[in-house]
Amino acid sequence: MSRIYLDANATTPVLPEVVEAMRPFWFETFGNASSIHQSGQHARSAIDDARQHLAALLGCRTTEVIFTSGGTESDNLALFGTLRAGDHCITTAIEHHAVLHAAEELAKRGIDLTIVPPTPGGLITPESILTALMPNTKLISVMLGNNETGVLQPIAAIAEIAHNAGALLHTDAVQAVGKIPIDVKALGCDLLSLSGHKMHAPQGIGALFVRKGVTLQPLHYGGAHERERRAGTENVPGIVALGKAAQMAEPNSDMANLRDRLEAALLLIPGTRVNGTAERLPNTTNLRFDGIDADALVIALDLQGISTSAGSACQSGSTEPSHVILAMGLTHDEAKSSLRLSLNRLNTVAEIDQATAVITSTVARLRATAL
Amino acid sequence: MSGGVDSSAVAALLRSEGHTLVGLTLQLWNQRRLAGHEGMPEQVRGRCCSIDDVYDARRVAEQLEIPYYVVNQQERFEADVVKPFVAEYLAGRTPIPCTLCNNHLKFDQLLLTARQIGAEKIATGHYARNEFDSVRNRWILKRPTDRSKDQTYFLFGLTQPQLARTLFPLGHMEKPDVRAMAEEHDLAVAHKPDSQEICFIPGGDYKAFLAAYLDDQDQAMPDTTGDLVDTAGNTVGHHTGIHNFTVGQRKGVQQNLNAHAASPFYVLGIDANTHNVTVGSDEDLFVRTATIDRLNWISIAALEAPLRVEAKIRHRHEPAPATISPNEDGTITLTFDEPQRAVTPGQSAVFYQEDEVVGGGWISSN
Repeated sequence: MSRIYLDANATTPVLPEVVEAMRPFWFETFGNASSIHQSGQHARSAIDDARQHLAALLGCRTTEVIFTSGGTESDNLALFGTLRAGDHCITTAIEHHAVLHAAEELAKRGIDLTIVPPTPGGLITPESILTALMPNTKLISVMLGNNETGVLQPIAAIAEIAHNAGALLHTDAVQAVGKIPIDVKALGCDLLSLSGHKMHAPQGIGALFVRKGVTLQPLHYGGAHERERRAGTENVPGIVALGKAAQMAEPNSDMANLRDRLEAALLLIPGTRVNGTAERLPNTTNLRFDGIDADALVIALDLQGISTSAGSACQSGSTEPSHVILAMGLTHDEAKSSLRLSLNRLNTVAEIDQATAVITSTVARLRATAL
Repeated sequence: MSGGVDSSAVAALLRSEGHTLVGLTLQLWNQRRLAGHEGMPEQVRGRCCSIDDVYDARRVAEQLEIPYYVVNQQERFEADVVKPFVAEYLAGRTPIPCTLCNNHLKFDQLLLTARQIGAEKIATGHYARNEFDSVRNRWILKRPTDRSKDQTYFLFGLTQPQLARTLFPLGHMEKPDVRAMAEEHDLAVAHKPDSQEICFIPGGDYKAFLAAYLDDQDQAMPDTTGDLVDTAGNTVGHHTGIHNFTVGQRKGVQQNLNAHAASPFYVLGIDANTHNVTVGSDEDLFVRTATIDRLNWISIAALEAPLRVEAKIRHRHEPAPATISPNEDGTITLTFDEPQRAVTPGQSAVFYQEDEVVGGGWISSN
C-alpha cells in the first residue's frame, strides 16, 4: 500500500533532482569550502552558486543570505542577533515555537516582550501591531504564512509600521518560501527565515535573509564563515540541495486547486468547519470536525496509510492542542477536534480523492463508535 | 504500554501469537508540572508517564515492529483522577487514584480511542483474568494465577462492555515467568523494577503533592485544623489539618496529645465537618460494619438479598468472610464475621466468591 502524505507543513520529500545535485559533494567532489586546494575551491564554488539561486528566489543580494542549520536556527539568530536587554520586541501568539520560545527566553534575559493575539480568523492586523509599539521597540517578528492554518499575514503593512517606528521587521517565512512568490523588497522585511526541508530539500539546512546594513550579533563563534555571522564549516551538500530546491521551486503552482478540491469535498461532511478564514498558503487547510477526537482521527488515518497532523508534538510524542488554534479563540474541545492537512507539489488528484474518501468514512466511523 | 515489563511482555506475547497490534501509551501527567513548588523534585526519572517510560515503551514497539502512538489524556487525568484525589484528602478520606484511572482513563477513554482507530480489544498488563460465562450470560472478572500480583482490587469498576473488550494476557502467568518471557524476547525492560508508588506522586509524599497542587491552582490549603478527640468525645489534643491523617495511622498522633499516653493511639475516624479526628487504641480500630456506595456488580446483575462473600477493604488486605446486604437508599451494608482493622472511608471494598469478583464499591463510612 503506498501511503498518501498530507503533512507537508511538517516536512516534504526531497526531490530526486535535489538528491542528485548533492550526491557528488559527499564523494568525488567533497571538500571543505575554506580549504585552499581545488577540492575546497569546488565546494566554495558550489556554495556561491547555491547562494545565488536562493537570492534569486527571494529577490535579494547574495551577500544578504546566511546559511543555517534550519528554520529554528534562523529564527533564533534573527531574534538573539538583533535584541539586547532593554529592547522591546513585538511578536504574535501564532508564531512557531522557534520564535515564541526564543522570545520568551530573551524576556528572561531582560528584553520587554509583547505578544499580539490574532483575530478569530487567524490574522494579525497591522492595527494590533501599531497599538503594541513602544518607544524602545527594536524588533517586530511576524510570520508570513502560518503553519497550522496557512493564513498569510500582512507583512508589507507591518514592515511599514516597523520602519516608521525605527524598528526592524523579521518574518518567519519557513512555510511560505517555495509555496508563494517571495520578494523581500516588496515585503519590506529586514530579516526572513526559511527552511530547506519544507521546500523539498533535506532536513538540517536553512537560511536567514539579513538586509544589507542590519547589524547582527552571531549566535556562535569560531571561524569567519558566512561573513562572520555564522561560524562553522558549511554543510555543503545541504547548501547545494537548498540551492537546487530554490531553483526548482514552483511558487505559482496549482496546489491551491488541489487543496480547494480536498477542502470542498470534506466540508460536505456535516459539522465541519475551516479554521482560518483569511487569505492562505495554497497548500494548507485546517478543518474542525465537531465531536471528533483529532488524536484518534490522526491515528486511524495513519493506520489506513494517510499521514496528517493535529496540534503540536510535545516531548513524549503525544500531541497538545495547537497554540495557534487556541490563540484564535477556539475552545479546548474545538482545538482537540481540529485536523491539519497540508499538501506538497507531488500530491496527485487521485491521492486527494482517495484521501477524501478515507477521511470521510473515518470521521463517520469515529462518530459512530462508542464503548 | 506504560514502558514497564508487564505491558511490554503483553505486547511481545500477543505479537508472537500473530495478533495485529497497535501500541498505545497514555500520556497522563507532566512530571515537571509541579517542579519548583516546595517539596517537589526538579527532575523525575523512571516513573509512570515520564519521558523515559514513553521512550522505553516506544523502543519495545519498535523492536516488535508494531505501530505505536502516545495518546495525550492529561486533561481527563487531571479532571477525573488528580482533582478527586486532592478533594478526597481534603474531605478527610483516603483515595485510590489507580481505580479512578482504570475507570475513567484506561478502560474508558483509552478503550474508546482503541475502538475508534479500529481495534477490537485492548490488552493490558494487569494481573487479572476475565472470561465469559454463558450460563450466567455475564463477563466474569477473576483473581490471577499469581496471587501476589493480584490487581482485581483496582478493577472492580469494570462494566460488562468493558470486560468484553479487554484482554488480560498475564492473568494466567507468574511474575517471574513474565520477566523470563520479556528476557526471551530480548526486551530491554525485562529487568526494570516494578512501579510501587502513585504514578503522579514521585517519591510518594502526598502531603507535599497536595500543597504543591493547590499552590499551582492558586488555592490556599483549607484550614482544617481541629481537635483530637477520644471515643467518648473528650478533647485530648490538637492537629494541623485532617488531610494529614488516614484511618489506622499512628504517626503524627502521639506528639499532638495534650498528655502523655502510655499506650499508642491510632486514628479511628475523621469528621470533615467538625475537623475532629477521633483517636483510640488499636482494639478500637477493629470494626465489623461499613456502608458502601457507588457500587458496580460484575458476577451478579444486582444485589437483591444478603450475600455471603469475602470482602477486601484495601490493597494489602486479605479478603475476610462477610455478608453484604442491600439498603433502601441504594447503598449496601458490609458486615464482617470478625471485626477488621482500619476500615477506611475513601478506599474501596471489593467482594469475592472464591476467585470471582462479585463487585465492589466505595467505603463511605465505617
